[in-house]
Amino acid sequence: MRDISLHLMDIIQNSITANSNRIVTTISTDNEKDFLYISIKDNGKGMSKEFLENVIDPFTTSRTTRKVGLGIPLFKESAERAEGFLSIESELGKGTLVSVSYKISHIDRLPLGDIAQTFSQLVMASPEIEFELKMNNGSDSIQINTVEIQDTLGEVPITNFEVIEWINNYITESIKCIFGGVLDEILS
Amino acid sequence: MKSLAELAAIREKALKEISLRQSNDGYKIIVGMATCGIAAGARPVMNSFVEELKKRNLTNATVSMTGCVGVCRLEPMVEVIAPDGEKTTYVKMSPEMVEKIVVEHIVNGKPVKEYTIGNADN
Ligand SMILES: Nc1ncnc2c1ncn2[C@@H]1O[C@H](COP(=O)(O)OP(=O)(O)OP(=O)(O)O)[C@@H](O)[C@H]1O
Ligand SMILES: [Mg+2]
Repeated sequence: MRDISLHLMDIIQNSITANSNRIVTTISTDNEKDFLYISIKDNGKGMSKEFLENVIDPFTTSRTTRKVGLGIPLFKESAERAEGFLSIESELGKGTLVSVSYKISHIDRLPLGDIAQTFSQLVMASPEIEFELKMNNGSDSIQINTVEIQDTLGEVPITNFEVIEWINNYITESIKCIFGGVLDEILS
Repeated sequence: MKSLAELAAIREKALKEISLRQSNDGYKIIVGMATCGIAAGARPVMNSFVEELKKRNLTNATVSMTGCVGVCRLEPMVEVIAPDGEKTTYVKMSPEMVEKIVVEHIVNGKPVKEYTIGNADN
């Protein structure tokens, strides 16, 4: 994958496939530690402990019968290439939390990519799901929640093209506002 | 900074327009967004569909995505389901192919055969 926003799309797609109806994504930075943290929390069907181990590290399993996915291992690899980590907590019937980190100044850290497009496309495709995106740089934060947006819209569907465009622009501006300036290079 | 007030204005405007009814009985455009699809460029393809529909003010189609695993070497894949249930699968999609599909298939009801699975040069 070329950037983090594409990995996000992929990982959130897992949450949707797992029948989640609320998906909360957090993007935050710690300047002092020079780290970028991303987490995706859903309320989908979750995974058993045993299954989860296989999912995170498909190459350590002795099983060859199971088809292994690519999405999570690729995300993990991208984090580790930049001195970061990927971890997953999951409980059957409750949901899943995927957490990823990257060392910001690491030469192999992927660019953030177009986070706004990831979200506006997800909202367009799955308007029935509650998406929340929180952006936090340690001192300021902005969040956007699709249920709140739908409340403001009343009977106008959130998939209305102008609304989708507004969501896209809102997130683009928020990202600049929260991660621009000091952290400009995160946008590169 | 964008504000919720703007959103309220969009709402007012949308309520005035008849095009509000994004019908569920129109065409369904479903873009494959599993790992292979995303890596092969499914996102700009989806974007182009949205842009084309918007540009032409078409309300007889919805765009969505699926995380189901497709056939990696044929990605990005797009499925178009007509109101009568007829399914067309487009393979190896690029944003440049989208306009033709929208004009010929969504507007005129004729699937673009050359982009479908039977015609993909493997
Ligand atoms: N949020 C989640 N909730 C429940 N199960 C999940 C979640 N994320 C992943 N899984 C399980 O882990 C498996 C592996 O996920 P992964 O993204 O690595 O591959 P995949 O989705 O199967 O295929 P692809 O290569 O297209 O991503 C999934 O098939 C699913 O069973
Ligand atoms: Mg996946």
